[in-house]
Amino acid sequence: MKKKTDKIAELVFVASAVVCILALLLIMIFIFYKGSPSIMRTGVFNFLFGQEWQPRAEVFGILPMITSSILVTIGAILIGAPVGVLTATFIVYLAPRKLGNLLKTATDVLASIPSVIYGFFGLMIIIPLIDQLFAGGAGGNSMLAAIIILSIMILPTVVSISESSMREVDINYRDASLALGATKITTIFKVMIPAAFSGIMSAVILGVGRALGEAMAVILVSGNAPFLPNSILAPVRTMSANIALEMGYASGFHQDALFGTGVILFIFIFIINLVFYFVKNKGGVKN
Amino acid sequence: MKKIIIFIILLISSLFFVGCGNQSSVATSVSVVGSTSVAPLAEYESENFLRVNKEIEIAVQSVGSSAGIKAAMDGTADIGMSSRNLKEEEKEGMKEFVIALDGIAVIVHPTNKIKNITKDQLLAIFQGKIRNWKELGGKDAPIVVISREEGSGTRGAFEEISGLEIEKNDKKYTTLYSRAIITDGNGSVKQNVALKENGIGYISVGSVDDSVKEISIDGIYPTDESIKDGKYLISRPFIMLTKGDPSPEAQIYLDYILSAEGQQIVREHFYITVN
Repeated sequence: MKKKTDKIAELVFVASAVVCILALLLIMIFIFYKGSPSIMRTGVFNFLFGQEWQPRAEVFGILPMITSSILVTIGAILIGAPVGVLTATFIVYLAPRKLGNLLKTATDVLASIPSVIYGFFGLMIIIPLIDQLFAGGAGGNSMLAAIIILSIMILPTVVSISESSMREVDINYRDASLALGATKITTIFKVMIPAAFSGIMSAVILGVGRALGEAMAVILVSGNAPFLPNSILAPVRTMSANIALEMGYASGFHQDALFGTGVILFIFIFIINLVFYFVKNKGGVKN
Repeated sequence: MKKIIIFIILLISSLFFVGCGNQSSVATSVSVVGSTSVAPLAEYESENFLRVNKEIEIAVQSVGSSAGIKAAMDGTADIGMSSRNLKEEEKEGMKEFVIALDGIAVIVHPTNKIKNITKDQLLAIFQGKIRNWKELGGKDAPIVVISREEGSGTRGAFEEISGLEIEKNDKKYTTLYSRAIITDGNGSVKQNVALKENGIGYISVGSVDDSVKEISIDGIYPTDESIKDGKYLISRPFIMLTKGDPSPEAQIYLDYILSAEGQQIVREHFYITVN
């Protein structure tokens, strides 16, 4: 009897795992199946490096979207990563226990806020602010607005993963460093953070993935103009925003080109995951 | 352990039954799927339709014109909704019902002093050739152009009629200003204009409210009359479509919309009736 139930249980587990893998495979096959023909028809070079997005004329170049995605992500990381890592450092090494717990709860809550709420916040608060402070009434929907929103959105990812990697560092390192006469801050920056470096890098890379994939919040604040930006105050359209924005009304070749954008986005995300895997494993060997 | 396994099996098997229940419980449900511009009207119609006809349930889903046309073509929806004319390849085997006309209003922030612009000025603004309200007799402030996403029925009609769309080698290109803000949906354009003192955008006349100000083009506002007699040019049809002949239930709903009572609802919500 026992054996039988064990077998059934095992089957359920295997089935669950299969569903997981199958979902990934199906999505991959579907995206590439739907998206590749449009890329081929446009020509790989024209699709990747074309600067014009003219769906009605069936001209599909996504260089503006690729550029915007990269710039917005870099901007979000430049702001979000240092703030996130330093917050994690504070929680782990400096904050009194109660304050640390409070901060941790706060970042957890930040993670659970739906992205459309972030977008709405950006639309109502950040955009008017940018408009008044920098744009002089020319509209605040811009790359800057997207960067600010995304840098807040990646905080929970960066904080929680850096925090857990810092907690894994052997506490003896700290004690040894302090015993040698190093100050608390020196110990943190010269000993603890370097020891947790691969974990922190992983946190940042996952943050990159989050920023690159976000569509909902970005659509609401970025202005979505499918052109190469000439300033940080220009409206931009990221790859994920391009797909989400136009999918509802697109048909035929236009729709295929959106799937084509999905293929390129997928490849970007895939590369980021590979880097993540590489960095994580490298860290594993070191510890 | 055993209990847990039984629980899991029950849970999984229950998932299979969830799907079955829905289909059989309401025998006469009509799904209406498509354009975000037509959906509000379809909702108003079905609310009133429910009062005269309690047996038929109307389920309206607003997902966009193209998705609606596609849903009607492949049979996942009983009725598709479109706010743009169908393309040749979409027309095959489909039956179209024009249920209303819709004017596209040009809107600005309520504090904007501009009341009227010419058609040429409208084109120049949306092409980014006029960039300051000063040039139109307003205050010295940049013009923030707000437009819709590609594929939107509202944008298609607006660009075609305003002259933003140009033809080159049999292909249609848009000449929209490269710094124009693109946003999805009538509501979002309205919200953006309401939030931006220097904004200008265009939305379905039925969606205009106090948060924004309608301006006239060449002295003409979009009204029932001006659209019907063709004086106000920027308008487009609201279409409901079915694959082949509509099902009996869908036919009853369509008949209701096209009846005097249904058209009264069209008028009440500032869309233009069809006779």
